[in-house]
Amino acid sequence: MRNVWLIWRKEMRSYFVSPIAYILLLMCALIFGFFFWSLLQAYLQFSMEAQMRGEMFPMNMPEEITRRLFGNVPVTGLFIIPLITMRLFAEEKRTGTIELLTTSPIRDGEVILGKWLAATTLYACLLLLSAVNIAFLFIYSHPDWKPMLVSYLGLLLQGAALLAIGTFISTLTKNQIIAGAATFGVCLLIFVCGWIGEYNSDAWARVLAYLSVSTHMESFTKGTLDSKDAIYYLTLILVGLFLTARSMESLRWRS
Amino acid sequence: MITVKQLTKRYARNTAVDHISFEIQKGQIVGFLGPNGAGKTTTMRMLTCFLPPTAGTATVEGFDVLEEPMEVKKRIGYLPETPPLYPEMMTGEYLSFVGSLKGLRGAELKQIIDYVSERCAIADVRNKQLGKLSKGYRQRVGLAQAIIHDPEVLILDEPTAGLDPKQINETRDLIKSLAGDHTIILSTHILPEVEQICQQVIIISKGKLVATDTVDNLQNRSRGAESVLVEIARRNGDLDTTVVQARIGKVSGVNRIVLKEKQPTHSRFEVETQRDQFVRGDLARAIVEAGWDLNEMRSSAVSLEEVFLQLTGTQEGKEEAIVTGAGK
Repeated sequence: MRNVWLIWRKEMRSYFVSPIAYILLLMCALIFGFFFWSLLQAYLQFSMEAQMRGEMFPMNMPEEITRRLFGNVPVTGLFIIPLITMRLFAEEKRTGTIELLTTSPIRDGEVILGKWLAATTLYACLLLLSAVNIAFLFIYSHPDWKPMLVSYLGLLLQGAALLAIGTFISTLTKNQIIAGAATFGVCLLIFVCGWIGEYNSDAWARVLAYLSVSTHMESFTKGTLDSKDAIYYLTLILVGLFLTARSMESLRWRS
Repeated sequence: MITVKQLTKRYARNTAVDHISFEIQKGQIVGFLGPNGAGKTTTMRMLTCFLPPTAGTATVEGFDVLEEPMEVKKRIGYLPETPPLYPEMMTGEYLSFVGSLKGLRGAELKQIIDYVSERCAIADVRNKQLGKLSKGYRQRVGLAQAIIHDPEVLILDEPTAGLDPKQINETRDLIKSLAGDHTIILSTHILPEVEQICQQVIIISKGKLVATDTVDNLQNRSRGAESVLVEIARRNGDLDTTVVQARIGKVSGVNRIVLKEKQPTHSRFEVETQRDQFVRGDLARAIVEAGWDLNEMRSSAVSLEEVFLQLTGTQEGKEEAIVTGAGK
């Protein structure tokens, strides 16, 4: 466990020593801020029109805004996740530092866990930036915070699952760009493959929809904690990390 | 103590290491010699548990590399060909990270970092980023990293490659000073380096072990022959070198005679003789009896380089000779 912490600390440091963490933080702050602002504008417009027509505004505005905001976050995540994971192993392979890790008395599993947890921590920091916007809602109204917490949990689980896949892909190459591009492609694919379920209800379409990360997000954004969906994400994390371990082992047999 | 038995590494197409066996005693410095691509790095990687062997066994301090890799890793300090440095880390921070990886902590770790930075002469770059260090410093940080947990065995892959002559000497001295407490294996293709710092040599070529012996024995065993340098002069008139060569060639035990230098008054020859015979006496007598003066006669040691070229075959040898020349 101590070794996991050691690797985690090293990875966190390297995220924050290089500009990458700050670029991502800035990017997310701007994007989430823009989403929030535009959603707010839209609802202000809508409620004003409703008032002018003398109608009661039927919607719970803060919750509607957060729900839509949370709906946009995974899309942003698709772009950010490859940037977080692409260097994890590819860089170590390129510079040869992987030899230091694999010849030190530390298990492959500890290296993998440390790296993935660091990636997940950075992703969690990025998610928290959106909470700054949401905090404004608490100043002017009293939205229910529990469903929001569930949404955050869902976003974190989804991110962690895609990060595990990105970690795996990073072990396959020495080239960060290739790792990043491949991660983006794979993540996008398992994100959109669920859309088929909207037009088609054949067995294969239902399987595809089930496998997609986006379909399992719905329950979380509604604020309900569905164990089925949580288990799906946890399974995906395990599969990703397991593949990473296999790949790290095969690295030794191949190289 | 390292024992390697029939160690083999096969890739899909080629065999990088082919049934190599050797043994290294505690406290020795062993030179691992071979042309580029001979399988030095692959063998070292198998010893450090980076690569698993295809066949055969290797044990370090009694622990098998496949069965108990954790125990082996604890006892090995490894400097790969390119020092495994994280460019964004500071030197001190890096040493502390590696030390923690090897299981050191707290006050002990701090003390050891002070000690190794002193020993490897990197104390003045403790607060510098590794990516900004010169090649010499990087190499020394790499060495500091390898000895930080005071391992029984040190494996150094071309520790002096790419350094300037001053740095090479410093690094060699450092390695020599580490012997005794540590068993050291160092790979190189620079022969003088082996002659200077190693007690034992393991020569491999094309994945096969071609020789393993002490440096002294290897130097002596070239062609089972000895080389004698003679200077011959004639008091009145020119010395006819062809006559000399013909005359000396008749002496029993002489294999070959080569004219090295021709002057009006004297000439120098290199005479290759068989060992363990009274050849030198016969040689001297023959020269004197022919009426020439024997100005000088001394045995010249056969350099390791010749042994090396002979053992690894001339083709790679030629290429290597250039490299070794540059290394001096």
